[in-house]
Amino acid sequence: MTKSRLERSEIRKSPTGIPGLDDITKGGFPQGRPTLVSGGPGSGKTLLGVSFLVNGAQQFSEPGVLMTFEENAAELAQDVRSLGYDLDKLVEQKKLIVDYIHVDRSEIEETGEYDLEGLFVRLEHAINQIGAKRVMLDTIETLFGGLKDTGILRAELRRLFRWMRDRGITAVVTAERGEQMFTRQGLEEYITDAVISLDHRVHEQISTRRIRVVKYRGSTHGTNEYPFLIDRDGITVLPVTSLLLEHGAPNERVSTGLAALDGMLGGKGYYRASTVLLSGTAGTGKTTIAAHFLEAACARGERCMYFLFEESPSQLIRNMRSTGIDLQKWVDKGLLRFHADRPNRHGLETHLLEMHHAVETYDPDVVVLDPITNLMAVGTQADVRAMLTRVIDFFKTRGITAVFTSLTSSTQTLEATESMISSLMDTWILVAITEEDRKRNRWLYVLKSRGMPHSNDVRAFNITNQGVVISEPAKAKPTSPKSAKRKRK
Amino acid sequence: MSDNFALRLYVAGQTPKAVRAFSNLRKICEEHLKGRYSIEVIDLIENPALGRGDQILALPTLVRRLPTPIKKIIGDLSNTERVLVGLDLRPRRPNS
Repeated sequence: MTKSRLERSEIRKSPTGIPGLDDITKGGFPQGRPTLVSGGPGSGKTLLGVSFLVNGAQQFSEPGVLMTFEENAAELAQDVRSLGYDLDKLVEQKKLIVDYIHVDRSEIEETGEYDLEGLFVRLEHAINQIGAKRVMLDTIETLFGGLKDTGILRAELRRLFRWMRDRGITAVVTAERGEQMFTRQGLEEYITDAVISLDHRVHEQISTRRIRVVKYRGSTHGTNEYPFLIDRDGITVLPVTSLLLEHGAPNERVSTGLAALDGMLGGKGYYRASTVLLSGTAGTGKTTIAAHFLEAACARGERCMYFLFEESPSQLIRNMRSTGIDLQKWVDKGLLRFHADRPNRHGLETHLLEMHHAVETYDPDVVVLDPITNLMAVGTQADVRAMLTRVIDFFKTRGITAVFTSLTSSTQTLEATESMISSLMDTWILVAITEEDRKRNRWLYVLKSRGMPHSNDVRAFNITNQGVVISEPAKAKPTSPKSAKRKRK
Repeated sequence: MSDNFALRLYVAGQTPKAVRAFSNLRKICEEHLKGRYSIEVIDLIENPALGRGDQILALPTLVRRLPTPIKKIIGDLSNTERVLVGLDLRPRRPNS
């Protein structure tokens, strides 16, 4: 009884093999049923379908038939070759059949009754030739432009989807997005098992592709819009990691590289695998404090990765050398790697994906993102927050200690600015500058540090050619931003 | 040069539509193309691979292989007038 209910409730799935998509669909497309993929021109629906076929043939021993109504086979093969798919080879290996049906209304005269049996015969022939389990129809709606009798066409499409279902074929059917419906011809009426929507929009001149599972009968699925990328590795849907709060929380502590700052953090420094925010106005020394942490980590033999969104690596190395921190040494030892990228070079999800690639290849213990504020300018607040959440999840799952520097503009209140990201941070250190007696004084304090006792002192510090030197707690009343809060006994 | 009509009729089995299409075609050819046509019937159930060459989708489909350009007429060919238009034996009416 219970068992049969279980069997009924869990439908079988055919994995797409597309990173991320199998996560949000909880295993892939419904097996033995058609899935509708709708989207505007250039939204990536053909590529998604081709990936489904190619991955099926290569990874899951499920040969496929690609029936295209759009381009001819040669053009299509060429288009997907840029993404690393060699259709010709798969055809040779009898894992794939590409059939091309072109319908040109101008060369067809219609008279009397007909059906689309020709399509059925060809499809069946192709399926039988290689024992295909997967079929892609791209884009069958084109037929509406080629045939006048839409009544026959609709009846035949209905018959086609039923026919594929009877044969246990897992199909991907692509369609152009309609103005009011998901598809121009309302194909969602016929394909009700699973509907995927693709979208391509531009915000602030940076384009973002998004995917959404609109409907998935008999299965739970992620309901959000997820960004996805098309690059030389094909399609990747984010999240590439799960969005569960499942990462462990190590008790191990790591030195900040500054004894005095360790002292302010319960005497032991940051938690390993935690997130640290260093925020402050321009020129306060955020990068230098981060560099101290890197230096200490490298000295312990840990691997560090530095994501730069403003300076070039050589510029940073030169600047840090003036404070007595030799980063080049660690680069040479292979313990420090830079990844420099202009924030506006591409969209957030590309950044996210590149960070993933970089971290997965190098496998660091510590990462620094400097400054995160530049990256935040790339997208909308919600997007940035979502992306940072994913990045942080990813870091924590891998046990990486992550330091983010954040530039506060001088017109903003120091603590108000980071409301968007501060909740994602475990430790937040604020750095500030005040002017007094024609001198600029630097201050730092720990605004929060979860799970550890931490100092409420506002401490003065200098950046010398020996690095950051933090003064002892002030005896005299300092004119610091937090002085009002401090009560001296 | 446009004298000889090489015609191919694609069907899938002896369906009523297929039978109708063939008899309609014979009648039209006898009336309008007597002595200068050939009809080749291709049954896709027997030879499914042959559907590829002429881009067969709907059935029955009549393909005029010669004279060029290739013309296609789909359906059971019950409307003689339209078949003649499709074969270029009648001028296309401006409003059709």
